[in-house]
Amino acid sequence: MKKRVVVTGIGIVSPNGIGQETFTQALKQGISGLRHFPELEALEFGCQVGGIPDISQSTFKSWLELYNLITASQMIQYAVIAGLEAWTDAGFKIPETPDSPPDYDTGAIIGTGIGTIDIYGERIIPITNQKIIKKLRSTIVEHSMLSGGSATLSSILGLGNRLSANSSACNTGTESIIEAFERIQSGKALRMMAGASEPYSPWHWSPFDAMRVTTRSFNQEPSKASRPMSATASGFVPSSGAGMLILEELETARQRNAPIYAEILGGFINSGGQRNGGSMTAPSSEGVIRCIHGALENANAEPQEIDLISGHLSSTMADPLEISNWSLALNRKGKDFPYINATKSLVGHTIGAAGVIETIAALMEMKNSFIHPSLNCEDLHPDIARILSPERIPHQAINNININCFAKASFGFGDVNSCIIFKKL
Amino acid sequence: METLFAEIKEIIRKYAFDKKLVDDAKESSRIIADLKINSARVVDIVLDIEEKYDIEIDDKSINKIITIQDAMNVISQKQG
Repeated sequence: MKKRVVVTGIGIVSPNGIGQETFTQALKQGISGLRHFPELEALEFGCQVGGIPDISQSTFKSWLELYNLITASQMIQYAVIAGLEAWTDAGFKIPETPDSPPDYDTGAIIGTGIGTIDIYGERIIPITNQKIIKKLRSTIVEHSMLSGGSATLSSILGLGNRLSANSSACNTGTESIIEAFERIQSGKALRMMAGASEPYSPWHWSPFDAMRVTTRSFNQEPSKASRPMSATASGFVPSSGAGMLILEELETARQRNAPIYAEILGGFINSGGQRNGGSMTAPSSEGVIRCIHGALENANAEPQEIDLISGHLSSTMADPLEISNWSLALNRKGKDFPYINATKSLVGHTIGAAGVIETIAALMEMKNSFIHPSLNCEDLHPDIARILSPERIPHQAINNININCFAKASFGFGDVNSCIIFKKL
Repeated sequence: METLFAEIKEIIRKYAFDKKLVDDAKESSRIIADLKINSARVVDIVLDIEEKYDIEIDDKSINKIITIQDAMNVISQKQG
């Protein structure tokens, strides 16, 4: 008998808001977190806009000092801030001393796309090259290892189940949720922290700049740069941040009267195999459609149940193809197409963290009965206009709307796909 | 010696989760066992001492540092 799995806690570090409340307000009001960065201009980036959460102003900053994380990768800092918010949101206490007993029922899968390159660039490479290795100090590994997010949160919270980091490019955050979901579903854990985190560093973003997959057309108008589904979308806007969920076995959550945001009905992960039109950087439609069908089947849900799609929609030429894939997979079009919005229009593309940040946006929409605006697509791409009725994409927030069920999908380099179906309990 | 003791406590304090254990420490307090400092942090304490007193502490001497008094002795010898 498979266990049922629910979301009982949420934590978020986003360029347009740190903490659930600020983030939700930003979503409702359509506030963009994207800015122009002089550092990128000085380095002669083609794309000089991006999104970086300002944790220096965060009330959670004291946590970083308390747990000696000031010199840790931003990847780990964001993960810890989001993770501890999610933990307390779920109704748990943060132990005051490291002597608390281990919690063998709770684990953490916290992924990242590119990882801790900030620490490699700032310290590991230059200090090693200068032959003063001991100056790396003893914390260098824990502050730069890819599993640093889950390891650090375990050190604070005493998590004694599986601790690891997954990585599948822009698919990472959605994949981590599915991995954690399956672990609880199969009875191997009662509770999992699931999410992903991506740091800011010019060394993180320059490879994407070199590929010309980031936009170069809006350096003076940062809030217009990320324009998923627009005819003038010209590349994604790089961004950083983290999102974290507490997933929990339903009966356990009920017994302790936990807040329940939604049930995860099912999920699916696959790849198009970089065949049939798929490549390292482009999705195979067949693979995407199989993934969405796989999620629906795993969830035992019908396409008609889906009220809202939280798209991957990254503001590239792949957006029209994504809409076409959704339409074919769900067999829905025109006015019958579900509502759809792109959280990347507000926060940019946080690479590995994107899937979980966007999932959190949709969970906030479900909880607070609204759909956030999808910015900058007034000039809807004609190929998209042919598939769905334009009213299905909100340009202003839609309020007082009941979202009973939503689908979240992410796609990434390697032709990898993932899709999750969430439902109100 | 009183100053050196206070200075070393100040260095160790940075790496302590329970600061009070360090505040109440004696010369004979063991850095890892009594003050609950993570053993990996000894590397950082040694580096801080090297930088503060402009000395170099070799691997053999590092292994001898168990208590605060041991650290004081190493510094006095190297400075001597």
